[in-house]
Amino acid sequence: MTSPTLLEPASPAPQPPPAGTERTRRSFAKRAGGQLHAGPVAYTVLTVLSLLSLFPLVWTLIASSRTSGRLAETPPPFWFGGNLLTNLERAWNEGGLGKAMVNTTVVAGSVTVGTVLFATLAGFAFAKLRFRFQNMLLMLTIGTMMVPPQLSIVPLYLWMADLNWTNQLQSVILPTFVSAFGVFFMRQYLISALPTELIEAARMDGASSLRVVWHVVFPAARPAMAVLAMLTFVTSWNDYLWPVIALNQENPTVQVALNQLGQGRIPDQAVIMAGALLGTLPLLVAFVAFGKQIVGGIMQGAVKG
Amino acid sequence: MTGPDNSVDTAGATSPAQGGAAPAGAASEPRTPRGPHGEQGSGGDTSAEEKRLARRSKRARWDLKASPYAFVAPFFLFFAAFGLFPLVYTGWTSLHKVQLGALDDQQWAGFHNYARLLDDDFFWNALWNTFTMGVMSTVPQLLLALGIAHLLNYRLRGSMAYRVALLTPYATSVAAAALVFTLLFGFDSGMINWGLGHLGIDPVNWREEHWYSQAAISSIVVWRWTGYNALIYLAAMQAIPHDLYESAALDGASRWRQFIHVTVPMLRPTILFTVVVSTIGATQLFGEPMLFGGSSGYKGGADHQFQTLGMYMYEQGWVNFSLGRASAIAWVMFLLLLVLAALALVVQRLGPRLRTAMRSQR
Repeated sequence: MTSPTLLEPASPAPQPPPAGTERTRRSFAKRAGGQLHAGPVAYTVLTVLSLLSLFPLVWTLIASSRTSGRLAETPPPFWFGGNLLTNLERAWNEGGLGKAMVNTTVVAGSVTVGTVLFATLAGFAFAKLRFRFQNMLLMLTIGTMMVPPQLSIVPLYLWMADLNWTNQLQSVILPTFVSAFGVFFMRQYLISALPTELIEAARMDGASSLRVVWHVVFPAARPAMAVLAMLTFVTSWNDYLWPVIALNQENPTVQVALNQLGQGRIPDQAVIMAGALLGTLPLLVAFVAFGKQIVGGIMQGAVKG
Repeated sequence: MTGPDNSVDTAGATSPAQGGAAPAGAASEPRTPRGPHGEQGSGGDTSAEEKRLARRSKRARWDLKASPYAFVAPFFLFFAAFGLFPLVYTGWTSLHKVQLGALDDQQWAGFHNYARLLDDDFFWNALWNTFTMGVMSTVPQLLLALGIAHLLNYRLRGSMAYRVALLTPYATSVAAAALVFTLLFGFDSGMINWGLGHLGIDPVNWREEHWYSQAAISSIVVWRWTGYNALIYLAAMQAIPHDLYESAALDGASRWRQFIHVTVPMLRPTILFTVVVSTIGATQLFGEPMLFGGSSGYKGGADHQFQTLGMYMYEQGWVNFSLGRASAIAWVMFLLLLVLAALALVVQRLGPRLRTAMRSQR
């Protein structure tokens, strides 16, 4: 995220030196892919697709501001009505979205802290330290990314039932508290972003490993930690399958509450839409504020991962 | 860590505090310049000093050796507890008869759960649905993403705005997306049927009809993930050296031919990566159809027409209370993924070889 090439990938990579290139060659280079300015077709297609991308969300807002009856008419509404606050209030209170939002914030917040902290530590060890079984452990880490979470659900449920943890938030937090993707992501970042000389210099000054982590690794990893934090928060906020099984309507996360709305707990479409809006709102706000960084982070993870 | 390792050994001889693990003392002490000569001159303290030295360098060496394991330990502890152990235990449970109401009463059942799955029409139906919806959601999603990435790779005004707009669905949860699309796909007053009506097309029963309901559910997946994949492709495209395009252009290749003969081959590893990831996602498809189905969503519609393996597992375990069978379904899913991963490997390894072989045949 620090390097401008990742943030502004639109600006093309530095041109090969123009020395000795005559006119024709340069015009050929201009025709080459990635160099050319987009034409009206590209702009039109991208604009249409962007609108299609945003439309369901905008329409959620429109539907939340209407009454259920209006949603059942044809044609469906295309503009805002005056019912937004009432619907949001009903979703918040009757739909249990209020408690759910608090719960989800707790869950996503703890999972984010745990994932980022432990991923940075392990990523640092895999990137910059040498130890026995290192490669084997790294392969194991990557391998775990292939295992679908469904596979663990039955024993996790049995276990949580044994501990009397069903319906409690820790049953959702602990199984996702660390992430293999996070470890791998931090490793790839730190390999290039953290100069080995810096660690050596710190050690020469007598720094213990913990001090190295605190004063050298964390500062160097900060941009990637921020990206990983955002990605983890989004994933955790939107997690669906396990929370639906592990929690009930007394102590739901947002997704559990939305699931219950969807199954007809409140048969009012406008309220359901208001719930869907509420459940996504924090992430949408984050997207408006940090969209650029999130895009950069995903692209960065993609290049290196 | 060979570098620091050496430095600590020598440091231990020259300066007592170097490599020390005590944070507060270590920061202040090494500043006093104390060479080997100075130490020898300090008379009666020598043995105590040496002991301290030895202790410190020992601690430093121990710190160097142990810290990597300490740093990776939290991840592996959590992984072992909540990933590996449940994975193995699921296999164990799948060989038992376990009822949700009586968890402690487990009876050995051997491969009975698996055998029953093979005879079970609903299982095969769910497997087939998972496959068809997987194809319907993955193929358009990746093709569309490739095209979008290509367009975004041009020099573009406001390209960041496009990227953010295209990625926004990624921030939407399965639940919210499924609820909105359910309404959009409504039969009487849904916006999509209304739009189709204007094109002179009869309203489609998106909820009940086999292929239409599957298409509607797939469209939710496509909507949520296309932008994400486009960004991954875009990142890989920007890593392609420009000389390749230049020489292709010099050879008179059109932009379409450049795309087919330069961009796509250079993206092959990335494409394979996204195919594998989307395939894993498709095998796990659960939330979208579950919510699309409404109050008895786990059935996947009146005819089970969009019930996936994940939903069937949920139905067996948490509606029919048969956790043993649910575990067996989970393991079948795992085996399927292993087969798919092996296939991907084979394609990656054999693909180029096959092509050269075919070329030489010609």
